[in-house]
Amino acid sequence: MSDAEAHEFQFGSAERQHEAAISGMWLFLATEALFFGPIFLSWIYARHADPSAFDAGSRHTALMIGLTNTGLLLASSFTYSVGLACIAFGSRRGMVIWLAIAWALGAAFIGLKFGVEWRMDLKEGLFPGPNFAIHGPARSGAQLFFAFYFFGTALHGLHLVVGLGLVAWIIFQAERFTAERHSPVRVVGLYWTFIDIIWLVLFPLIYLIGRAS
Amino acid sequence: MNPSAAPASYLDDGHTLRSWLFTTDHKRIAILYIGAITFFFFVGGFAAFLIRYNLLSPKGLIGSAETYNRLFSMHGILMVWFFLVPAVPVTLGNFLAPLMLGARDLAFPRLNLLSWYLFMVAGVVALYAVVGGGVDTGWTFYTPLTSFYSKGHVIAAVVAIFIAGFSSIATGLNFIVTIHKLRAPGMTWYRMPVFLWSLYATSVILVLATPVLAMTLLLLAFERIFGIGVFDPKIGGDPLLFQHLFWFYSHPAVYVMILPGFGVISEIIPAFSRKELFGYKFVVWASIAIAVIGFLVWGHHMFVAGTSLFSALVFSLLSYMVAVPSAIKVFNWIGTMHKGYIHFDAPMLYAIGFIGLFTTGGLTGLFLAALAADVHLTQTYFVVAHFHYVMVGGMVSAYFAGIHFWWPKMTGRLYPEMWGRAGAIIIFVGFNLTFFPQFLLGYLGMPRRYFAYPQHFEALNLLSSAGALTLAVGYILPLGYLTWSLFYGERASANPWGATGLEWTTPSPPPTENFAVTPIVTEEPYQYRQAETVNHE
Repeated sequence: MSDAEAHEFQFGSAERQHEAAISGMWLFLATEALFFGPIFLSWIYARHADPSAFDAGSRHTALMIGLTNTGLLLASSFTYSVGLACIAFGSRRGMVIWLAIAWALGAAFIGLKFGVEWRMDLKEGLFPGPNFAIHGPARSGAQLFFAFYFFGTALHGLHLVVGLGLVAWIIFQAERFTAERHSPVRVVGLYWTFIDIIWLVLFPLIYLIGRAS
Repeated sequence: MNPSAAPASYLDDGHTLRSWLFTTDHKRIAILYIGAITFFFFVGGFAAFLIRYNLLSPKGLIGSAETYNRLFSMHGILMVWFFLVPAVPVTLGNFLAPLMLGARDLAFPRLNLLSWYLFMVAGVVALYAVVGGGVDTGWTFYTPLTSFYSKGHVIAAVVAIFIAGFSSIATGLNFIVTIHKLRAPGMTWYRMPVFLWSLYATSVILVLATPVLAMTLLLLAFERIFGIGVFDPKIGGDPLLFQHLFWFYSHPAVYVMILPGFGVISEIIPAFSRKELFGYKFVVWASIAIAVIGFLVWGHHMFVAGTSLFSALVFSLLSYMVAVPSAIKVFNWIGTMHKGYIHFDAPMLYAIGFIGLFTTGGLTGLFLAALAADVHLTQTYFVVAHFHYVMVGGMVSAYFAGIHFWWPKMTGRLYPEMWGRAGAIIIFVGFNLTFFPQFLLGYLGMPRRYFAYPQHFEALNLLSSAGALTLAVGYILPLGYLTWSLFYGERASANPWGATGLEWTTPSPPPTENFAVTPIVTEEPYQYRQAETVNHE
């Protein structure tokens, strides 16, 4: 099977297969950008229509958790990149260690976000509906803000969970990869860092813009 | 295996159900898709037939406006997402793209199979929505009807379309990467058949527009489930936002439903005119231009929805601009036929029908792009007739043209030519009889989606329903003789039409690996004059 491992039958060379995998993932990320696009667009549009209510909603979010989570995700992208550099230099062991750290940082984000922050939000009654905790003129607009908040973070979280699965898959398959042949590590890395970029848009929308005014 | 024997055809490479359901061969997946979309075509067509049955009488014959709403919604949803959008790309595209490129398969064969399974799951969920009570919102799912008031199975329908969307994305992504990375040696971009360029333009739209629909439908489902959301004006949301996002997908999707048809027609017209395609580069870049401009015209669906006059003017102007590349194509096809040696075989009859019907559909689209005319014509049967001329007269004709043209390649059998021609003519006549009266009805002011209508519209509605019956005959006919040909048709040679293109250089049906030796391309496509000279020597 060594020939089949070299490249799949439809490609003329392993090089071609690598290029196809990388460009396929970039294209997929383009679809992901457009997938999240409508949330960001609607969010900014709705905020523009009722800024004070969105500010009121935003002030009920947990800035410190958001900030910590941003740090965790950025660090996990960094550690993933280090892992990628390790395998490019032929260190499989280094790759496994750094990817495991990246995985743990991502998992910590999930734990903080949904185990701690969401629980606090729900306890405070911030889920939109009849029992919504914010009263006064900002009530309806703040509900809209929290509709975006729960929807957006849930979807981002789901993508992150998929990412955790992929990183774990790379770790378990580590012996397949060498300095010359590690396209899957690079492909998963593209996805993993892309999730951060989504978060880097969500973070200011949730925590920062409303506090600035 | 004896190396001197001809390699087994892809159809003989395993006869078990398993060898089909777990195949990653692009040709077999194309056949799986043909089965699936044929099924949905006839289910959606049956709904259309009941619609025309109901409209035989001014009071409506099926007795319930609720049922009628569900019928046209089901017709729209099934036909758009389960027939028109996938029709040519997943069947002819899947089968032909690697063959035309000189490749052995698509770049991601397993993703290709996954896309078929996603499509089937989506189809089952859609059928559940239909059987479980139906959807009464129309295929456009406008809020707040869908998010709060509709009593239909909106969630199931939305889930079905969401999943089908990912099937589309997978297909589009696969084609783009394949066309970039798997062209045979010498197959430069300008040596590619126009069909591949059309497929490329289509894939760009699928990949960039479908995710927007997916998210919009998720937001809609969220709103319906939790009773709170971004399209709800009660809390500061905006129902118009839904229309913007929906049409940002659905207008480009209209070009997904026609661009592959352009590709098919651009292959057939040179082959049956024995002439090089006129203005190859213009045809190619017209496809790309349509894909790009198609993203900028969605607002013309909302002229009367309360958008500003300024935005309406801009969208109107941009909509006119799409007509330019479309017209370029029509002129180029006619230029190709000019002084050609035309053969009126069934694919060519469909193709000629396509040119007339598509042009009618396109020109009436300009009426609707004009602000003043649109105010009168929008929400009438004029719109229904317009888009059926493009979608059915155009795309379905192109699909049938392509199926007939490549049938010998796909099955290794020839279809009975006289039956093929009869089918093409019946479909053309039936189609015009069905939809031309609807232009008149719309112009006279009959609104679309109504279950009953005033007495004085009866004659035109009768004509339209009679046309629908003719059209039904025309559609069932190929189902019969094509199936017959699978068993009793004459064996096809590698190139029964004497056409150019790499797909005709390999046996019919092709072997699993497509080409025994990877072909090397040394010339431009559509070199028919040379082929003709050779034949006469």
